[in-house]
Amino acid sequence: MKVLVPVKRVVDYNVKVRVKSDQTGVDIANVKMSMNPFDEIAVEEATRLKEKGTASEVVAVSCGVQQCQETLRTAMAIGADRGILVQTDADLQPLAVAKLLKALVDKEQPQLVILGKQAIDDDANQTGQMLAALLDWPQATFANKVEVADGKVTVTREVDGGLETVSLKLPAIVTTDLRLNEPRYVTLPNIMKAKKKTLDTVTPQDLGVDPAPRLKTLKVTEPPARKAGIKVPDVATLADKLKNEAKVV
Amino acid sequence: MTSLVIAEHDNAQLKGATLNTVAAAAKIGGDVHVLVAGGGAKAVADEAAGIAGVSKVLLADAPHLADGLAENVAAQVLAIAKDYSHILFPATASGKNVAPRVAAKLDVAQISDISAVDSADTFERPIYAGNAIATVQSADPVKVITVRTTAFDAAAAQGGTAQVETVAAVADSGLSSFVGRDLAKSDRPELAGARAVVSGGRGLGSAENFKILDPLADKLGAALGASRAAVDAGYAPNDWQVGQTGKIVAPQLYVAVGISGAIQHLAGMKDSKVIVAINKDAEAPIFGVADYGLVGDLFTAVPELVKAL
Repeated sequence: MKVLVPVKRVVDYNVKVRVKSDQTGVDIANVKMSMNPFDEIAVEEATRLKEKGTASEVVAVSCGVQQCQETLRTAMAIGADRGILVQTDADLQPLAVAKLLKALVDKEQPQLVILGKQAIDDDANQTGQMLAALLDWPQATFANKVEVADGKVTVTREVDGGLETVSLKLPAIVTTDLRLNEPRYVTLPNIMKAKKKTLDTVTPQDLGVDPAPRLKTLKVTEPPARKAGIKVPDVATLADKLKNEAKVV
Repeated sequence: MTSLVIAEHDNAQLKGATLNTVAAAAKIGGDVHVLVAGGGAKAVADEAAGIAGVSKVLLADAPHLADGLAENVAAQVLAIAKDYSHILFPATASGKNVAPRVAAKLDVAQISDISAVDSADTFERPIYAGNAIATVQSADPVKVITVRTTAFDAAAAQGGTAQVETVAAVADSGLSSFVGRDLAKSDRPELAGARAVVSGGRGLGSAENFKILDPLADKLGAALGASRAAVDAGYAPNDWQVGQTGKIVAPQLYVAVGISGAIQHLAGMKDSKVIVAINKDAEAPIFGVADYGLVGDLFTAVPELVKAL
């Protein structure tokens, strides 16, 4: 079984981003970029399926600028067998990415696509579901446990109030939640090996997809700042403030 | 211009998130209809008909709609989508699961987690863990939206006089099936809708120590929450997680105990009205957003606070 894993290059999760003064976006020039944390979990899960003998090949895909090659090399250092970059400078929104991925799925014919549940830059949480819709495949979002057997994938999902389990007919789409697994550290020998793995580049035009954005961003602003608070010396003062000043208890 | 709100429910009761989503739909303008897709969910439809501002409730009732499988619910929404200019889901686990499937089938972009309605086609939404607010405009013929429920006051649950109309249920997709559910039982208020929230972090040290928060939560009538670090360490269940990738809360009072205040956590609670932080590290970032900060050992401060309140 072939597994396809889409990965996204995003601003590193430790970076506190700044809004540009002209309100056109956030300043990501000279900011550290990394693989989206949920996508690392997706690559790890696919690699574990391969190590168990369930998956025969793991293909990592990234859509975006040329530097996304680095993200694909990281995926290959974790365990992906090869990479495909859909190279474009266009501002890619989830619907466009889902269409690009559908075109690749049609070509590569994987049985399972594992994506992160959301990217930590646009916080959209859409691409996996959209890809499932375009392919008419079943989906299991926010996966906490994945088991593949007998042409089916059984997934335990994190939902409001607890967990639920669904069973999907393959081929299927799974999106990862935080607790699905702990991604392994990439080791230097594996980084070196990853450099020798195949990385193909295609364009949206090759795939017959128009990646033009559908939502127009009018402006990006700072969120309203909170008024600076105070430090209280002891519990009695705290209780008093909550009762008499904030009046919340 | 008519909006369709997809009701969140458990086939017996309407969930509060539906009321906030109706309020967002009301801000867009035009009529507001509610779709109740479920199994044996007539009581939910009757409840939805009572929401102030709702003019019609559509009930699609079939056993294969009972468990909220994305494939079936999305197909049900699509079956009636042509009559609507806006389709709104609450940004809950189930809304986020289904909405993008509907949007992709309609070939429109989805607008996730809106925090404000500027006009019928322009919305505000947080990006980068809430560190920036994007104002986006959609030119698509249908707007598919998920609503950040904490950003909109709930519509009144009573006072409406909508009619309930039954619509034909779509066929079972057969692509997926429901296996089981393991929901945590709790007498406390629901985290996302609670008036007060008491959250614990890694500073608690163990699942056993987390119990120190119980009397405080009881006293405040609060829901319990947790930081990702506490959840990952197994101190608290998954669905208690407050943050960018967990629940977004905006209670009247948020008490952060032993939480350092990583940006991912702040993204989930910084719209709370009053924030209290108890932490032994005076440099912890949580003090940057707290209205009242207490530097000290939580194991003595929390019981003292229970007594003082």
